[in-house]
Formats: sequence, C-alpha cells, structure tokens
Amino acid sequence: MLKREVPLLITILVGWFMVIEYFFPGAEKWSSELQNWAIIMTALASVLGVANVARINMLKISRKQKDWGYSVVLMAGMILMVVLGTLFPMIKSIFGIESSWTLAGMELSGVTSGTWFTQFYDSMFVPMQGTMFALLAFYIASAAFRSFRIRSVDATLLAVAAIIVMIGRVPIGDVMWSGMSGLSDWIMNVPNLAAKRAILIGAALGAISTGLKVIMGIERNFLGGD
Amino acid sequence: MNLSGDIWVWVAAILTLAIMSYLYKDNPIYKFAEYLFVGVASGYYLSIYYANVMVPNLFTPVGDGVKALGGGVWTWDLWRLVALVLGLMLFSRLIPKFGWPSRWPMGLLVGAYSGLAIMGFAQGDLLAQLQDSLIPIIDKSALSAFGDASGMTNKFLAFLNVLSHPILIIGLLSTLYYFFFSQEHTGVSGKVAKVGIWFLMISFGASYGFTVMARVTLALDRLRFLFGDWLGLNIL
Repeated sequence: MLKREVPLLITILVGWFMVIEYFFPGAEKWSSELQNWAIIMTALASVLGVANVARINMLKISRKQKDWGYSVVLMAGMILMVVLGTLFPMIKSIFGIESSWTLAGMELSGVTSGTWFTQFYDSMFVPMQGTMFALLAFYIASAAFRSFRIRSVDATLLAVAAIIVMIGRVPIGDVMWSGMSGLSDWIMNVPNLAAKRAILIGAALGAISTGLKVIMGIERNFLGGD
Repeated sequence: MNLSGDIWVWVAAILTLAIMSYLYKDNPIYKFAEYLFVGVASGYYLSIYYANVMVPNLFTPVGDGVKALGGGVWTWDLWRLVALVLGLMLFSRLIPKFGWPSRWPMGLLVGAYSGLAIMGFAQGDLLAQLQDSLIPIIDKSALSAFGDASGMTNKFLAFLNVLSHPILIIGLLSTLYYFFFSQEHTGVSGKVAKVGIWFLMISFGASYGFTVMARVTLALDRLRFLFGDWLGLNIL
C-alpha cells in the first residue's frame, strides 16, 4: 500500500489537479504552490545526483580502485565549488560574517563577477565545456565522412542540404555565389521548418498521450519493481 | 608573441589543451581534465541550485513563515516545509533496502510534470504549430517582391519565397502522413510518404550542417583564446 498505491494516488491526484486547475482560475494559488514544491524537489533530486557521484567516487578512493587518483581530482573540484558557492554564502547569510573569505563565495542574489567562485567558473568550467563541445565538430565531421555515402535520393537531399547550410553560414559562401546565405536561410526556414513542425506536432501528441497515461495510472514504470 | 602574464589565462589554456589532447587519443592528461570538469560542474550546479532555487523558494519563505508564526500568524509559506520533507525522502534511494519512501516525492514530481506537460505541449507546441501552419497558399507579398526583384540571384531567391507557403504546407502534410498513417506505404500513399521522407532528409541535413557550424564556431573561439589571449598572437 505505502510502496505502490500511495505514490500512484499522489501522481493521479496531482496530475489531474494540474490539468483541471487550468480551467478554474481560483485554483491558481494552489497550482503555483505545487509548482514551487516541484521546483524545490527537483533541486533536491539534483543534490541527490551529485551526492551519488560523490558517494561513488569516495568509495573508489577508499578502496583504492583503478584510477582512484582521478576521483580525488573530481572530489577536489566539487568540494572547492561547493565551499565557494554554497558554504561561504551560507555562513555569510546565517552569521553575517563579511570577511574576505566569505566574500570570495557566490552572492546569494546571483552569480556576481569578481569572486573566486566566478573565477573558477570562468577559468575552468567555461573553457573545458567549450572545448568538449568543440571536439564534437571533429567527431561529427569524421563520422559523417567515414560512414556517409550518397547512393540514393534521400542521402543526396541530406548531403546537399547540409553542404548548402554549412557553406551559407560562412563568408566564403557569399563570395562563391551571392545568394548562398539566402538559399541557406530559405532551407532552414521552409523545408526544414516543415519537417520540424511535423516532428514537433508528433512529439506534442506523444507527450500529451504519455502524460494522460501517467495521470490515469496506466503508465507506472516510474514506480519501479516490487 | 606576447605571452599572457595572467595565471587564470594559463589555467584556462592548459585545461583547453588537456581536453583537446583527446583528439590524439584517450590519455591521463585528458582524464585529469575530464574528472576535474565533472567535479567543478557538479559543485557549480549544486551552488546554483542552492542560490537560485533553495534560498528564494524554500529558506526565505520558510524563514518569513517562522517569523510570522512567532507573532501567532500561520502563513502559506510554511507549507514549503512539506516540499522539503518530500525532497529529503528522495534520499532514501541511497539505501536500496529502504528506498521505497522516495516513490512518494517521485509520484508527485511525475504527476505534476505530466499534468503540466499535457497543457504545456497542447498550448505551446500542438496548437501553436497548427495555428502557424494555417497560412494562405499564395503569399501576395512574396509575389510582389518577386515582381520587384532585379538580377538573377535576387529573382531566384524571390521565386523561392513565392514557393515557400506551398512547400511548407506540402512538407508538413506529407511528413505528418509519413508519421501517422499506419496503413502500408504503397501506391499513392507510398508516394506521399516518400515526399515526407525527402522533407525529413532535408531537415536532418540542415540540422547536421547547423550543428557542425555551431561546433566549428566553438572550436574557433577556443583557438582564438589560445592564440590571442594566451600566446598574444592576434592571427584569428
């Protein structure tokens, strides 16, 4: 009962309420409160995710498993950012301490520049994230080069659209032919939009039907086994 | 060459090169940067959630509620404590034998987001996309622009714009037909579905080209940083 029926009942009641409240303006306050609850719980779920990453890496370190040294690096980075971004502001707001080391942390009113927290963000997080995404350019291009063969109308359309969009996005495109960027934009805004719109309509219908299945209690996979 | 004297530029440059070293092969320097990235990113997002979600949505209202309660007034804000308790129940997942209490907050989350998704997708995607697709087959402004266009290139692009509305309608209907009509795609039905596939292929190609260019832009930005900000060579 507590393991399956109660959570299912919560899902059904909350789900239907979120749908029905839309048609009854008076219920807005409750709906907005429930949304706030969901936001808080989602944030705590993210904390759970980070806690899980920390647990796994701490276990790896304590058992001196293969590559445990990297886990030390991971934990050091995580602790550093949590101390600067959460602990220092917390101490500052609770105890009112405004020394240089608490000011090094993040401002609760938002991420302010000039703190150690933003410095680590700018000098570590941003360059590494940018480079990781940039690497994908090489892998996408090399994967396409190795596996893509133009042997049918479908494949030809895909390749021609890709080439026109790529060339149209760089200055050399308009040097080759003055209408290249215009043609690239047209492909993005017309045939691409037509297919994207159909995909969006399909995805919306899929999401609505899945949502209905959940709030009607038909879809229960999220409850897991037992 | 005018090497940067800023230690933070050096940190960013070394980490950029460490990630780039993966282009050669997986190596300890890359792994070091990879693990550091995961650690810093986890800590960063945790801090952001704390400052942007927990403080304004939980700690501040509950603090206000407790103050009001001290004056003998029960306020709506104190209901947020229920969210805190439910959120903490999620952590029971860390103990596999006693993980079932996490299903209660999970049920609430799944229910709330499903309910929101039904109305959100219906309003934001389904109806909006259908409404935007209800357009006249002939775009009069495109026709007059075609008449006014001069030069081969402009004339060609203006002609494409004249065809935009019919192509948009044909593309949408044929792609939807390909997706939703479960009858066998043979004869006329097969031809319509085939046109839908062509539009999908153009869309996939355009998305591919767009993604590649976005990634190339990022790569150029990292190279500009390395050559410009770090080495002081303004060649990009």
